Amino acid sequence: MTRVSSLLEVERLSRQFGSGRSAVLAVKDVSFSVAPGEIVAVVGESGSGKSTLARLILRLLPPTSGTIRFAGLGEITRLRGRALRHYWQQVQAIFQDPFSTFNQFLTVRRLLERSLGIVDNPPRGADRECAIAQALQSVGLEPSDVLPKWPHQLSGGQRQRVMIARALLLQPKLVIADEPTSMLDASLRVTVLNLLADLRQRGSSVLFITHDLGQAFYLADRLLVMYQGEIVERGPVEAVLRSPRHPYTQRLLADVPRLGDGRPTARPADGPIRLVQRRPSGG
Amino acid sequence: MQPLLNAQRICAAYRLENGDEVQAVDHVSLSVFPGEVLGVVGESGCGKSTLAAVLSLTARPPLMVKAGTLTLAGQQVTLAGKQPYPVTWRGRLVALLPQGAMNSLNPTLRVRDFAFDVLRAHDRQVDRRVALERARERLQQLSLPPRVLDAYPHQLSGGMKQRVVAVLSTLLNPRLLIADEPTSALDVSSQRALVNLLLELLEREIIASIIFISHDLPLLSNVADRIAVMYAGEIVELATTREIIRAPQHPYTRALLQATLVPERTIRGRRIEGIPGQPPDLRKRPPGCRFSPRCPHATDRCRRERPPLETIDGRAVACWWVFERERRVPSVEESVP
Repeated sequence: MTRVSSLLEVERLSRQFGSGRSAVLAVKDVSFSVAPGEIVAVVGESGSGKSTLARLILRLLPPTSGTIRFAGLGEITRLRGRALRHYWQQVQAIFQDPFSTFNQFLTVRRLLERSLGIVDNPPRGADRECAIAQALQSVGLEPSDVLPKWPHQLSGGQRQRVMIARALLLQPKLVIADEPTSMLDASLRVTVLNLLADLRQRGSSVLFITHDLGQAFYLADRLLVMYQGEIVERGPVEAVLRSPRHPYTQRLLADVPRLGDGRPTARPADGPIRLVQRRPSGG
Repeated sequence: MQPLLNAQRICAAYRLENGDEVQAVDHVSLSVFPGEVLGVVGESGCGKSTLAAVLSLTARPPLMVKAGTLTLAGQQVTLAGKQPYPVTWRGRLVALLPQGAMNSLNPTLRVRDFAFDVLRAHDRQVDRRVALERARERLQQLSLPPRVLDAYPHQLSGGMKQRVVAVLSTLLNPRLLIADEPTSALDVSSQRALVNLLLELLEREIIASIIFISHDLPLLSNVADRIAVMYAGEIVELATTREIIRAPQHPYTRALLQATLVPERTIRGRRIEGIPGQPPDLRKRPPGCRFSPRCPHATDRCRRERPPLETIDGRAVACWWVFERERRVPSVEESVP
């Protein structure tokens, strides 16, 4: 499983919340790797542990057990202080809710300038201005238009694009995108996904967390299917979607709405209410 | 067949603090027939939720209904002004399943008390035992254990809360349920479960019709019988689901369809473009067609004149480009030798 060329290697990672009888194992013995320039999608329903996994890798949450390795830094599971800061220079996050990830008291200009502060030798003066403008332009935002704005003056789509612009600005090796499109309109989703694809063009790897197999299929190279904290299926996207093996993957795939011709009419009118199966069997 | 609900020329605006008004719904007319699911699709800010508030009679300041008539089950009411609507309408005839339904439960009440409150608000004489029996029965129909009744909202999972809210908003057996983005915060599996639930309620004739509002066209295409496409406060296209999905007319509908991602081979390795630009600021709307700044087919006429919503072959569309094409089609055929 260990590949020399991996950018990120996660090995037997677990995280437990609570203790005793109320203990919940949110991430259970998860192992995988991400190669440079690769987009790996983590797919699963709400509560499957996807976001906990993201927070563990971002080192926003300590793991209960297991290790995380990052190319050039070795094991980062227990980094602190300067070393952790050094890790954070290379990993950026785009979160689900573009409405709560902004500091309300900073304009877009201040936010982006401050983000550059984490880099070792941040560009200054005109160079900085130019780098910021370029990043904003590449996500389709007009710098003179958005730079002086406060977060509340931006729409959800604009905020999410500012977040991606920030990721571009810092040129991280790994971007962790946790449901970056779930609060956005269908028409904006494609735009944001294309921006993530552009990140790959620039050499970043992306860990793309989503519940939507359609989006994973559009964007990702490899797929990890998570269910109740465990990875139950993995493989190249096309192979998994062509012949999903695990019943949970099969159900996820069946649940993605396809374009249809309207409400199905041939439904049993007097039969018993179909139980909506929440937990498939098998593990 | 008489429509269950007929809305004519609804205009609704938000009053800003500085006295200005933002027209969020602009001359929208639609009807819903008994047994029908009408879908309403559009981007954020297109007026979908405002329309839901007006039609469900829950509009409250700063939202004001400026004009329009509403006919519900044969009774007509002018919405603007102070004419009150019949007291039995809200809750019994029409009910709203709100957006973000998971947050609309009172955290300090057990589900049983909330259910009783809902029923008592409409019938002072209702017996507590009868009320709870009804709630319990409904919960069981939706495969929720009766213990849910004794739970506080924080003890329920997101999907359960969603189902509980669906139960509560249909407890009075409303004829028309207006579901405003009921699934947008849910993962695909919970989405499907909720949609199945609403369709079950329809098939069991607990409710007669649904207006289903969503920005998710693939989802809507599996639920709705007809779909209305809204853009910047107006309906730009209204047709059967089949027609909207297979032969969309309006450039906006086409763009929406193009931007959908379904897990099929065709989208793999291909770059799909989103819709360029953003919806107009409703305070400064373009004078002509509101989609014209983003439309690949826009002409001078589109930028100058607003296209009316015209019915061609039973389907309504508001677009100069479509009108031109419709007119041109016969002449092309004539020229064929």
